[in-house]
Amino acid sequence: MILWELFFTFFKIGLFTFGGGYAMIPLVLENVVNNGWMDSQKFYSLIGICESTPGPIAVNMATFIGSEQAGFWGSVCATAGVVLPSFLVILVIAALFRNFSKKFYVQSAFRGMRPVIFALIGCTGLLLAFENAFSSFPTLASPADPWAVDWFLLVVTPVLFLAERGYQAWRKKKLSSVLLIVIGALCGMLFG
Amino acid sequence: MNQTPSGFLRRLWELFFAFFKIGLFTFGGGYAMLSIIENEFVEKKGWMSEQEMMDMIAIAESTPGPVAINSATYVGFHNGGFWGALCATLGCVLPSFVIIFIISLFLEPFMRITLVAKAFHGIRAAVAVLILNAARKLRKSVKLDFAAVLLIVGVAVLELGGVFFGFELSSIVLILAGAAVGIVLYGLLGKGKEEQR
Repeated sequence: MILWELFFTFFKIGLFTFGGGYAMIPLVLENVVNNGWMDSQKFYSLIGICESTPGPIAVNMATFIGSEQAGFWGSVCATAGVVLPSFLVILVIAALFRNFSKKFYVQSAFRGMRPVIFALIGCTGLLLAFENAFSSFPTLASPADPWAVDWFLLVVTPVLFLAERGYQAWRKKKLSSVLLIVIGALCGMLFG
Repeated sequence: MNQTPSGFLRRLWELFFAFFKIGLFTFGGGYAMLSIIENEFVEKKGWMSEQEMMDMIAIAESTPGPVAINSATYVGFHNGGFWGALCATLGCVLPSFVIIFIISLFLEPFMRITLVAKAFHGIRAAVAVLILNAARKLRKSVKLDFAAVLLIVGVAVLELGGVFFGFELSSIVLILAGAAVGIVLYGLLGKGKEEQR
């Protein structure tokens, strides 16, 4: 039953999202896009929307995907699923453990997880950038079509990247994500 | 916490409402929310001390789930037990739930408007940059010792290889493997113990 699937899938995702909403993206990609609930183009647009609206990106994505799959109750199940693991874990920890985060084995586990999550997010980003520009990542099954280049994305993605780096170096603070998305949207409307 | 029933209910409502406001006005991630929580709960309401705030941040970052939700749950629990945690978490989640749900109803037709489709085309570029930046930010908290580099390269090879050769790899398994490696290498074997805080 789809409601239960949504709840369970997002429960899994919520349980293993460590280190911020973006850590969720590879997990969602795998569990949602790869089982056909959403195509990857729409998925990336969704990230843009969820980043620009209030609330944590993780929760927003669950709500949206749930709604698409099964309407109101779908979004309730997906959202409840993604929130529940951390809710329960925090209750248990807050009630039982003092100084949980300082416990040595917790720190050790995190030291091991961080590189993995970094690599996962990094690969997702690289794959996306590549897919954006060349329409698909070459696979053994279908080597890339050399003419399927999306010039707009091929140019704009690095430009945006460098612009953001430049801004950070110049102003010593990060360009807000919402602003970056808006600039991207404007570029799309003007040059797309 | 000695409180009259009506005092308790009022506190629950305060938690719900405070986190509803926070959930409504926090854009761009939980870390922005932390300074709002500090303002609201430490300075204004005096419900938490600075130290408790720091404990909260540490826990919110060390547990699964978004920092924003974790913070709400934690603050709610410490100010109202289970029901406090529930009210705070619900309050935090509700605004974005409503907004996104409404958007989801209208997105399809909205995206068929050419100008909107073009805008989203550009947004795809921005999203790629945002994800890469998130990775970059995370890298700063990774101590690049031999094990870390090995893990990074290993995961990257498996992920990219998976895409190229067409095999599926569970990120969850990789994350658990990372945790296991961490516990064994840094915990049991005590590698890098001198670097512990």
